[in-house]
Amino acid sequence: MLTEAIPLANADADRRVAQYAGAKAPLSNGAKAKVTQSGPKDRMAWVSHVEAIRDRKDQAAFAELFGYFAPRVKAFLMKSGASPDLAEECTQEVMATLWRKAHMFDPAKASVSTWIFTVARNRKIDILRKERRPEPEDLPWGPEAEPEQEEVMTLQQESKKLGKAIADLPDKQKDLILKAYYGELSHSEIAEQTGLPLGTIKSRIRLALDRLRRQMK
Amino acid sequence: MPQEIKHHLTDALLMGYSAGTLPEAFNLVVASHVSLCDECRARLAEFDAVGGEIVAMSETAEMSADSLALTLAAISDAPAEEEQAAAPETTGTAVLPRPIREYVGGDVEAVKWRKIGGGVRQAILRTSKNATARLLYIPAGCAVPDHGHAGTELTLVLQGAFRDETDRFGAGDVEVANEDLDHQPVAEDGEDCICLAATDAPLKFNAMIPKLAQPFLRI
Repeated sequence: MLTEAIPLANADADRRVAQYAGAKAPLSNGAKAKVTQSGPKDRMAWVSHVEAIRDRKDQAAFAELFGYFAPRVKAFLMKSGASPDLAEECTQEVMATLWRKAHMFDPAKASVSTWIFTVARNRKIDILRKERRPEPEDLPWGPEAEPEQEEVMTLQQESKKLGKAIADLPDKQKDLILKAYYGELSHSEIAEQTGLPLGTIKSRIRLALDRLRRQMK
Repeated sequence: MPQEIKHHLTDALLMGYSAGTLPEAFNLVVASHVSLCDECRARLAEFDAVGGEIVAMSETAEMSADSLALTLAAISDAPAEEEQAAAPETTGTAVLPRPIREYVGGDVEAVKWRKIGGGVRQAILRTSKNATARLLYIPAGCAVPDHGHAGTELTLVLQGAFRDETDRFGAGDVEVANEDLDHQPVAEDGEDCICLAATDAPLKFNAMIPKLAQPFLRI
């Protein structure tokens, strides 16, 4: 596999990977994994967890976030081509990044799972493809310190709706979308009409961008 | 902000960028267009949201027993980042959006142009080999040699404007061309045209001379 040849960053990493070498990390379905049962389901609760990490360095909140998302991030990385050891290593780095960058999370623009996805995706490009990832220019404003609660609620509800809509897709279509995100399809194989049930998240985000641009003027 | 942008990225490109599966050269075009276009910035956020839902509903892989402890140890070794106080670098009067400036090492003045004939100049940017990215400088009124494509070619206008058989492309516009399109972009009169172009296969020139020159020009 592609990942076998990738040298580890340092001796410490080597040692840790050696520890995992004996441990199997099979993909299991969500229902079986005990850690996922305790996690809060509600998206606003995840937002509070990140805020608790940001404001109070709350380790209990972090542990819950870890318990729910780390096994999913690891599965995502393995499906994207990482070996179990590399995926484990990489997932720990992703989770540590979330702690360090908690102040960068903007709940008016993204759900917690979206934020985690983007961090994991960037790590994946870095580790698996060893490429730079050009990022769009930052907007001339950072995340708002205190975004409107109503805006946050709406965005989080929209993302929940999106998740439900994706889950409800016919299997064949859902498979195609999963393949696109796991890197099994090239951009030219991704049909122009993906048939994604995108709903209204984009228009919410667009409104927020327009509002902020007006304020900046 | 350039004038109103009429030609946007396709869903497939935004999805590929979000998924992290595009070649680096294409990522550069997407990141640069998104830097200039709120519409595509919002569309990209939407595709990131899809990725987030996919992770949230994903199967799980078992973490090693000491995984959380190791992560917490790594965290306490490296203190949390302070909020960045530095004002974000704004584009201001720069011609090149920041993603491109990071590859060039500065704005247009820092570009190391090479002549490729007909007054047209180019500069190859260093990206991974599965696709190439280059800046093109087309003097007002000049044409890029007539060419077709084996794969996909993305052309983002950064200054000035060009026209080809399909339409007019002004600053911020991106043209997505595939093997079906044979075109000859011509820079409009007025301002010289600067573009970022990325291809995942060599261009096919329709005239003899550029074809001979192609190995040397790396286009």
